[in-house]
Amino acid sequence: MIGMLPMVLGTPVDLNSPGHYVHWGVIQISVANLVVVGVMLLVFILALVLPFPRGRDRK
Amino acid sequence: MSGQSTTNPTTAPAPAPVATGGWTGAVRRRAVRALPPDKLLPDTQPAYMASWIYVFGVLTLAAFVVVLASGTVLALRGPAWWHISSLGHYINSLHLWSVELFMAFMVIHLWGKFFMAAWRGRRALTWITGAVAFLGSVGTAFTGYLAQQNFDSQWIATQAKDGLNAVGIGAYFNVMDFGQMLMWHIVLLPALVGILVVWHLLLVRHRGVVPPIARRERSAEPAPTAEAIPEPVLSTVPDADQAPRS
Repeated sequence: MIGMLPMVLGTPVDLNSPGHYVHWGVIQISVANLVVVGVMLLVFILALVLPFPRGRDRK
Repeated sequence: MSGQSTTNPTTAPAPAPVATGGWTGAVRRRAVRALPPDKLLPDTQPAYMASWIYVFGVLTLAAFVVVLASGTVLALRGPAWWHISSLGHYINSLHLWSVELFMAFMVIHLWGKFFMAAWRGRRALTWITGAVAFLGSVGTAFTGYLAQQNFDSQWIATQAKDGLNAVGIGAYFNVMDFGQMLMWHIVLLPALVGILVVWHLLLVRHRGVVPPIARRERSAEPAPTAEAIPEPVLSTVPDADQAPRS
């Protein structure tokens, strides 16, 4: 299991081989860019739902 | 003494300000009226800003500062340095990854403000300057890719030239001309984006940070309870989307 980790993690970030692409009709996007878009969406949702620490200097 | 006044200085009305000083005085009075010091550099923030979504504007600004600083070092040392030396590689990578963060934070900031309808309360120009700064940043990132001088940049340039020629601007914006693209990347577009960012920030301070859409506008939801929202928020949020008309 641990031996497969570099292979799994290395797939989207290995810059020494041709990139992997996802095709969906006319849409074509690299896996690396798709991962970035997914992380941005995740961060956006977390920013909306996670509680913010209460500060003292608020009016 | 004959010059002594009989009026109590504590109760005397303040003299009306005299509009003097020519155009510099007029500009100063207008600037101070639009952005008094406590509005320009406030030491407190409204309670409705206690949400992570309000952090992405300043995260974008912080990444932009790193982009400008690393880009300045790259411009001073030149391509022979950033392609060869280990420190050059590091600063080059710092420039790339700070741009990645800058664009990601800016897009999340854009999503948050779009769904918040951040143009409410006479903030249309704030929204417009932000949107145009985003488009300018896309152009700056594009010319940055062209300045990489590798196979990727050659591929991007040859792909882009057909599109740009098709819309008729290829003669003025020639992506195959490395020198022209480098100047766009390090002089013209950063100046445009920098001016827009400063303008955007001044407008944010002038109109105030946009509040969330008030609960009263959502008819299906019950009114907030006092336990849910502290008193200062209850007193400011319903009308806070109307910025002061100064």
